Amino acid sequence: MLNVQSSMDFKYFPHTQDDLKAMMEKAGVKDFDGLYAQIPESIRFRGDYKLPSGMSEMEVRDLFAKLGSQNKQLTCFAGYGVYDHYTPSVIPSLLQRSEFLTSYTPYQAEISQGTLHYIFEYQSMMTELTGMDISNASMYDGTTAAAEAMMMAVAAGKKQNKVLVSGALNPKTREVLDTYALHQGIELVTIPVKDGVTDLSTLNSQLSTLEGVAGVMVQQPNVYGIVEDFTGFAEACHEQKALFIMDSVAADLAVLKTPGEWGADIAVGDGQSLGIPMLFGGPYVGYMCCTEKLIRKMPGRIVGMTKDNRDQRAFVLTLQAREQHIRRQKATSNICSNQSLMALFVTVYLSLMGKQGIKEAAQLSYAGAHYLCDKLQKTGKFHLVYDKPFFNEFLVRYDGNLDNLFSCYTMNGILPGVRMNDGNLLIAVTEKRTKEEIDRFVEALPLVNGLH
Amino acid sequence: MAQFMEGLLYSESHEFIRVEGEFGYIGISDYAQHALGNVVYVDMPDVDDEVTAGEEFGAVESVKAASDLISPVSGTVVEVNEALEDEPELLNKDAFANWIIKVQLSDPSELDNLMDAKAYEAFCENA
Amino acid sequence: MNNRLYGNLIFELSKEGRKGYSLPKNNFGNYEIPASMQRTEEAKLPECDELTVVRHYTNLSNNNFGVDTGFYPLGSCTMKYNPKINEEMAAQPQFQNLHPQQPADTVKGALALVKLLEQSLCELTGLAHFTFKPYAGAHGELTGLMTIDNYHRSRGDMQRKKVIVPDSAHGTNPASAAVCGLEIIEVKSLADGTVDFDDLQRLVSLEGANIAAMMMTNPNTLGLFETRIPEIAKLIHDCGGLMYYDGANLNPMLGACRPGDMGFDVMHINLHKTFSTPHGGGGPGSGPVGVREGLQEFFPVVSPYYGNYGVMMRAYAYILSLGREHVKEVGPLAVLNANYIKESLKDVYELPIDTICCHEFVFDGLKDKSTGVTTMDVAKRLLDYGYHAPTIYFPLLFHESLMVEPTENESKETLDGFIAVMRQIAEEAKTNPDLVKSAPHTTPIGRVDDVLAAKHPVTTWKVLKNEIL
Repeated sequence: MLNVQSSMDFKYFPHTQDDLKAMMEKAGVKDFDGLYAQIPESIRFRGDYKLPSGMSEMEVRDLFAKLGSQNKQLTCFAGYGVYDHYTPSVIPSLLQRSEFLTSYTPYQAEISQGTLHYIFEYQSMMTELTGMDISNASMYDGTTAAAEAMMMAVAAGKKQNKVLVSGALNPKTREVLDTYALHQGIELVTIPVKDGVTDLSTLNSQLSTLEGVAGVMVQQPNVYGIVEDFTGFAEACHEQKALFIMDSVAADLAVLKTPGEWGADIAVGDGQSLGIPMLFGGPYVGYMCCTEKLIRKMPGRIVGMTKDNRDQRAFVLTLQAREQHIRRQKATSNICSNQSLMALFVTVYLSLMGKQGIKEAAQLSYAGAHYLCDKLQKTGKFHLVYDKPFFNEFLVRYDGNLDNLFSCYTMNGILPGVRMNDGNLLIAVTEKRTKEEIDRFVEALPLVNGLH
Repeated sequence: MAQFMEGLLYSESHEFIRVEGEFGYIGISDYAQHALGNVVYVDMPDVDDEVTAGEEFGAVESVKAASDLISPVSGTVVEVNEALEDEPELLNKDAFANWIIKVQLSDPSELDNLMDAKAYEAFCENA
Repeated sequence: MNNRLYGNLIFELSKEGRKGYSLPKNNFGNYEIPASMQRTEEAKLPECDELTVVRHYTNLSNNNFGVDTGFYPLGSCTMKYNPKINEEMAAQPQFQNLHPQQPADTVKGALALVKLLEQSLCELTGLAHFTFKPYAGAHGELTGLMTIDNYHRSRGDMQRKKVIVPDSAHGTNPASAAVCGLEIIEVKSLADGTVDFDDLQRLVSLEGANIAAMMMTNPNTLGLFETRIPEIAKLIHDCGGLMYYDGANLNPMLGACRPGDMGFDVMHINLHKTFSTPHGGGGPGSGPVGVREGLQEFFPVVSPYYGNYGVMMRAYAYILSLGREHVKEVGPLAVLNANYIKESLKDVYELPIDTICCHEFVFDGLKDKSTGVTTMDVAKRLLDYGYHAPTIYFPLLFHESLMVEPTENESKETLDGFIAVMRQIAEEAKTNPDLVKSAPHTTPIGRVDDVLAAKHPVTTWKVLKNEIL
């Protein structure tokens, strides 16, 4: 038997004893139990959940502070798809506007123009960044956006079910692709990597020998941080009626040749690099853009312009007939939301940084990474694995023991990078890393193995 | 009120076919156009594509629904109604006049499986 | 909230040469990005000063309606209050700055939180393990179905590709099954909205060896508890299938019944519904998937790390605040609120299934159909009175569905206000139907032309700008 008394005792429950009494009378029940009379007793939950006793706000703060103190704050040189970029102070403040934060999908356009409006701006900015025609309203993250692009290519290609994937794609993305492909009956074929880049000549022979290739997916910069030259890729794909899909780090597109310029049909990736905090893996935001021709094959929500009955310019969710709630099992995707608040994050970021700021930040990242790479090579202990142009991330072989390097560096407050399966170290530098921090990375080297 | 035009053959998925010699003009019935409401997009196959009786060859989209187009016959697409690319609402204006694809029939005996206007009207009334 | 539209686009506020950012000087020496790498056409992003950006988005936010603005009885979406302490906790730099690839010994606190949240969810659902990889409810659904598919594959049961769903199920269920490579079979509903057990028996006897799972919400989409759930679970288990619980409607079950005890093997939870994390205009959400002991080895990799970790932090702060004393009051209060509204309005709105409901219920439009006022009109008129509309035209079982879910956080005064307005609208439908049919009148914009948007899609500034010129 529930203790009705206690419910007026909690800050999120407004019901007083009198309210409860009046409402139960109206509902025709005597007590809380009466509300659940239809549940068979055999499965009714009685008693207490084994959970801590309710905490006051101060106690919640204390507990989180305690958990937080068990995390070590490190100067981050790790990347591998997640980068420590700078977040302008304006963004968290605007994201906490509860009209944005506590609303849901803009079904009622009349009272959701705020959301619809910024999604339109987001779509506009992402098409600028990627050089593509159309953007959807955002997706969960870069890896799932890549999986959706894979499925979109297969759906667009009708009777084709193979997708060729560059071996220089981030294995984290590949793992998600493998999952979706298994259940969808899509066959993924790896395009081999030669000297750190996707091998075009093998791709050409794969395209001419394999039947039913719906799409080809590459990554820019690739998992080793290398900026690849995709000359000839789009042509090779289109000759075989396969779609060319590029997965790029959003921030890098500020300066790099765009998926649109490379002739991509679908551009996907993660928008985390546009100032979104790393937060141990999420929330981030996936982007997906495509050519005009593919607009009706694209999964996810799309916002379009229209007029209202007062002749005002207005925005609305459009092309909804493609979506899961109408197409049901015929839908090409089961996505039924976007990553709206994070799309707002990216939109405000790009509004603040503008066309100059994103370039400046990219140049800083590029310069810092190359500065560090030069310094590390000079120590004689680090060797660049591939002599190829890179952007703000690079792969090095370390002469010493990586276990020791990691334990020494993390003890000294530095996350030196990401350890790759091949035993190499992947190091990333963003505009957030100061010259002093980068110098400290190099100066800490003698500390490994107690040389100091 | 939906129109049921004599002289055409109809499928249970609401496509019609108008047969002229070895060719057939395929579209959606007036009844289907009513059910869909304002048509905003017609997804059509390419010329030379093969279509198979009972299989989808495209889709019609309105604001609130999307419906696959199911071919009533097998054959090869010889023409698509390009006017629908810019003016999909033609299907609302006159569904029978605005066919979607013209097909060269590969098996005219398939026409025997379709309904005439009277049978189709009865079919719609029972739907 | 605005009653006049703030309609600018940030691009229209842009002026060449303005900047809204500050970055440190480049003191790394001469490292120029090679021209061969660079894009030829620059990204035409806006150029604005900081205050312009702040005002623009603040003004945009005023075109929006959120839970903090007013009552948001959007059925099936559980728009409960999103506590502020949750936001504060998720914003802590000790978590914000963690790279997901950090060595485990540097993220002990972050990992401990995952464990603590998992334990809490297991206790609340009666299941044994959770994966936090899914980013949203639909993603969780897909993950759960993949888990089931992996389980059957591991046993060589390759033909189990059919999933039974009630005909009242949300469209996402069939779409998720399709993405998972599974096929849907629909089981009929009875007149009272619950699963037709005879029809289910028929399907099972017909397809038993091919059934991968049955997917259900309980309470169902109509807000009704499926009382025969133990028999349904037994029937499915006996034919070798698994029971999948769509956690969309978990909220009323807190304090009443656990999915694990009902006989479910796999479920997802929408943390943004039951566990109070903000919906954020459509995301980010979080859709952790829980399973019975032994099924955890079949979890698929649907995302790289811990899913939307920030959302998990908020959910855990909520569970801590409620504690064991109050978590069990969530369900009963949500159910009481729903029944109170239902009973107070059923004389003027058509209630097709007149019985005690759980957290939500469905009206089939106004009782008096002679006025020509539709559910759409009622919904739009509600906006004029400062309420968010309920879910409309879903479920598809009725023509004029109007689905109301009040949540446990709303006071009797709020509900009474809503009831009074709903009655007022019913009255207006008789006395001044045109007023209702042309609503809303006081919102920033009026009804929009959906056909124009879909027929001639303008989805970027690039295209829009050319339209203006």
